[in-house]
Amino acid sequence: MSIENLKTFDPFAEADDDTGDIKKVENHIHIRIQQRNGRKSLTTVTGLPAKFDPGKILTFFRKEFACNGNKVNDEKAGEVIQLQGDQRKKVLDFLVDKKAGLGLNPDNITVHGA
Amino acid sequence: MENEVQDQAERKASRKSVAFTDEQLVVETDGSITIMSAAEEPKETAQSHTPPAADEAAPPEDGGLDLSLLKKKKKKKKVEGLDGDAEAEDGAAPAEDGGLDLTMKKKKKKVKKAEGAEEDEFTAKLKQLEVKDTEDAEETAPQDAGDMETGTGVWSHSESKTIPYTLLLSRFFTVLSQKNPDHSLSGTKSYKIPPPQCMREGNRKTVFANIADICKRMKRTEEHVTAYLFAELGTNGSVDGNRRLVIKGRFQQKQIENVVRKYIIEYVTCKTCKSPDTELNKGENRLYFITCNNCGSRRSVTAIKTGFSAQIGKRKKMQG
Repeated sequence: MSIENLKTFDPFAEADDDTGDIKKVENHIHIRIQQRNGRKSLTTVTGLPAKFDPGKILTFFRKEFACNGNKVNDEKAGEVIQLQGDQRKKVLDFLVDKKAGLGLNPDNITVHGA
Repeated sequence: MENEVQDQAERKASRKSVAFTDEQLVVETDGSITIMSAAEEPKETAQSHTPPAADEAAPPEDGGLDLSLLKKKKKKKKVEGLDGDAEAEDGAAPAEDGGLDLTMKKKKKKVKKAEGAEEDEFTAKLKQLEVKDTEDAEETAPQDAGDMETGTGVWSHSESKTIPYTLLLSRFFTVLSQKNPDHSLSGTKSYKIPPPQCMREGNRKTVFANIADICKRMKRTEEHVTAYLFAELGTNGSVDGNRRLVIKGRFQQKQIENVVRKYIIEYVTCKTCKSPDTELNKGENRLYFITCNNCGSRRSVTAIKTGFSAQIGKRKKMQG
């Protein structure tokens, strides 16, 4: 039996951790683009649902988009897929596509960058 | 009835478009938006419904750039609106709210008939709507023979045939725009912002020159807009002596414009009434709230997050 009142709960701890925010990031997918030198760019996909294997998705991307890519484990963002070149549209199509893709809800995906 | 009016208002609002323009005094300092000249307005609103491809071609006409990321949504809404009893509602409402609504609908039809051929992308997306429209056209074409101005055909005084709804509706708007141009325009007021001026500074920096001006129009702090720009573009930068923004990386005007559009939709327009006359201020819990000056609604907006940024360039930096 535990006494509810005496539990050590710091009301200020949660705010600093920002736990709620991270959880939100988990189920929201962000597709970003970063400029590299020259006309090269880098596409990053963060927040892919845990039920999908990032490795398999990455292999598919590499083959399908004819680009190299790798996955990075980021402390904040978790598994991140990085692809060479601007693959935002293709990635989005794949994630949303119900037949050939993952069939995710487009509302949960944000494409960033111009 | 009240529900209908609300519904109506919502639909009307959703059709409002936000556009960039060269016109200098569109949004005044007190926040009121000046209505554009009568000749120009219909064209601009029509543009907001044309597909992106046509959109790019269009700006030279008025020097402005249309800001209509909401395009697709609008369309879908319209399809719904055309179905069934919604149409009946449409008929009832214009009289109530001074006939401000449906202007877009009519104009859209015009656009479609005129530019139908050019709009491949558009047609592809909205085949069903298109089909519906052509049906409409067929239906109305034979009866359209009469001239409503001179009172012939269906419009003649002694004619006892019932006039179809679409004809009556088009008559309403022609008469309205003739007799009372102010009314027919106020529903299609669009939000205009000068196009961002971008210059290349050196090889890998872009200068966003009129950010101060744009921020003033949107009534947002430069810091906030800057933070959003950097987060979206995945870069960083600085502000130079003339309050211009120096962004690292090569960006074209179009790209910056797209981001500003997104910003406006996300942080400027009121989600309830689509009015751009809003204020952004910090609420209690480190949250930002948008308060609409038009309808008084208040909503929270997401904080700007930079998100994951990949390591680019020298690996030494990462280790050191």
